[in-house]
Amino acid sequence: MPRDAAAEPGQAAGLRPPAVRLQNLSKRFPGALKPALDDVSLEVAPGEVFGIVGRSGAGKSTLIRCVNLLERPDAGSVEVEGTLLTGLDEAGLRAARRRIGMVFQHFNLLSSRTVAENIAFPLEIAGVPRAARRTRVEELLPLVGLAEKRDAYPAQLSGGQKQRVGIARALASAPGLLLCDEATSALDPETTTEILALLGDLRTRLNLTILLITHEMAVVKTLCDRVAVLEAGRVIEQGRVFDVFTDPQAPTTRRFVAEVIGTAVPAATLAALPAPNAGETRRLLRVLFTGTAATRAVVSEASRRFGIDLNIVSGRIDAIGDAPFGILALAAYGAPGAVEGAAAWMRGLGLHVGDLAAEEA
Amino acid sequence: MLPWLTPTLQDLLIEAAWQTAIMVGGAAAVSLLVGLPIALLLHVTATDGLSPRPVLNRPLGLIVNAVRSTPFIILMVAIVPFTRLVAGTSIGTGAAIVPLALAATAFIARLFENALREVDRGVIEAARAMGATRTQIVLKVLVPEAMPGLIAAVTVTLVSLVGYSAMAGAVGGGGLGDLGIRFGYQRFMPEVMATVVVLLILLVQALQSLGDRLVRRATHR
Repeated sequence: MPRDAAAEPGQAAGLRPPAVRLQNLSKRFPGALKPALDDVSLEVAPGEVFGIVGRSGAGKSTLIRCVNLLERPDAGSVEVEGTLLTGLDEAGLRAARRRIGMVFQHFNLLSSRTVAENIAFPLEIAGVPRAARRTRVEELLPLVGLAEKRDAYPAQLSGGQKQRVGIARALASAPGLLLCDEATSALDPETTTEILALLGDLRTRLNLTILLITHEMAVVKTLCDRVAVLEAGRVIEQGRVFDVFTDPQAPTTRRFVAEVIGTAVPAATLAALPAPNAGETRRLLRVLFTGTAATRAVVSEASRRFGIDLNIVSGRIDAIGDAPFGILALAAYGAPGAVEGAAAWMRGLGLHVGDLAAEEA
Repeated sequence: MLPWLTPTLQDLLIEAAWQTAIMVGGAAAVSLLVGLPIALLLHVTATDGLSPRPVLNRPLGLIVNAVRSTPFIILMVAIVPFTRLVAGTSIGTGAAIVPLALAATAFIARLFENALREVDRGVIEAARAMGATRTQIVLKVLVPEAMPGLIAAVTVTLVSLVGYSAMAGAVGGGGLGDLGIRFGYQRFMPEVMATVVVLLILLVQALQSLGDRLVRRATHR
């Protein structure tokens, strides 16, 4: 399976340059033992939502701050929509930043300004005349559902409302690229869902490219087309979200994935499974159904064909974006050859069959 | 009502109050105009500031500290040549403004700097991400966001100036404090001393309440 194919068919086509192209970024903070970024290269296609996931300290924040050069990498190049940011002077960089929106974990709104004034702020900085600013703010307020809060101060808003202001502000100068720095990490789960829905909606409406960092795999699952996993300043895995979720390679990725689509079976459940009869073997299998394979009566057919017993330990059905998938944890009992044969047959159907025990590690 | 409050004494009190107002007001105005740029310079050139310039920051900080640590009464006589240069004379109410303004400038510069430091770094980062220039960040983010703290700093400075101005008598500056010393203490007129003290308390209270009210109005938290 090609792990790093372009996002959606058609979206990457054409001659548009990548929305973001990071090449060999490295950054080490003074006094730090390990580099914050270690030779990171990434490409974000126009119109896609790209997630960077990692534990705290993995270098996510540094990475996203390098995209608009709030942080200067020690080495490597940053290109946004065809412009080489690392080659710009101060004035050029300021102009480039005006075309990149950024949303922050702690909203970073000006407490001395009202909602409308906060949204107008980037326009004010860019020298947009007052009348045009007002028109633009009036467009943006309903877009983020804050028309009623025009004259409120940030302190009078809830976290979700503050983030809506942050998003409207980031979109004020109609950027093609939106950077989200842990945009939902300071919000409760319900508000997180709300903000993610808003971002998803804006993305299609405004044809935005979004690059986000998060430590929550659920955010990636809901919103992203592609994902990169960052660990100790390196990209250890990247690909389409569906592929990474259904077939994670690196141990860290597996742990991340397990957070949202857990396949681990409690040890007590496993211990309670009956032991195999003499001459038989028992294997714990994790079977992943995707696409059309999900419609076939795989379990009963395997049982009949290979003369084995399949005990369903756990199972769940989930979806990533619009793509459904199912996961079964099976205990297979039978002659050693028969169990292996059944596993091979299932693989032949396009199912991903792995060892359940190994998944738990 | 107050039998000892003779017309002569009344005139003296009014004159002294006026002198205090001039000294405090004049020094405060100067300290505001000079202190804010100094504070911004200190803040912006700090190692973690918008444009770190240790070569500028350290000497400037040192000068501010030197002025701040010199006892006011000593500062006043130590800078007499400078006072003469600026005010043309080294005695009188006008001349007293010079050392008061100097002390208040150093004082308020540090208070302003602290207020600026209270501004959320994230907000400054957001402004940078929007492509704001340093000047825009200072004028549109730092100063407005620090406004409640800046106003509180002005209040504290005004109150301190009322206290300092009492020492201005040493250079013939006059004022309420000086009246209290000369009449109340040196001429054994405790009722004058009491009147002066009450007036000063009222003045400080008024300044403080006004300052607090303005801080509240500027705070949108």
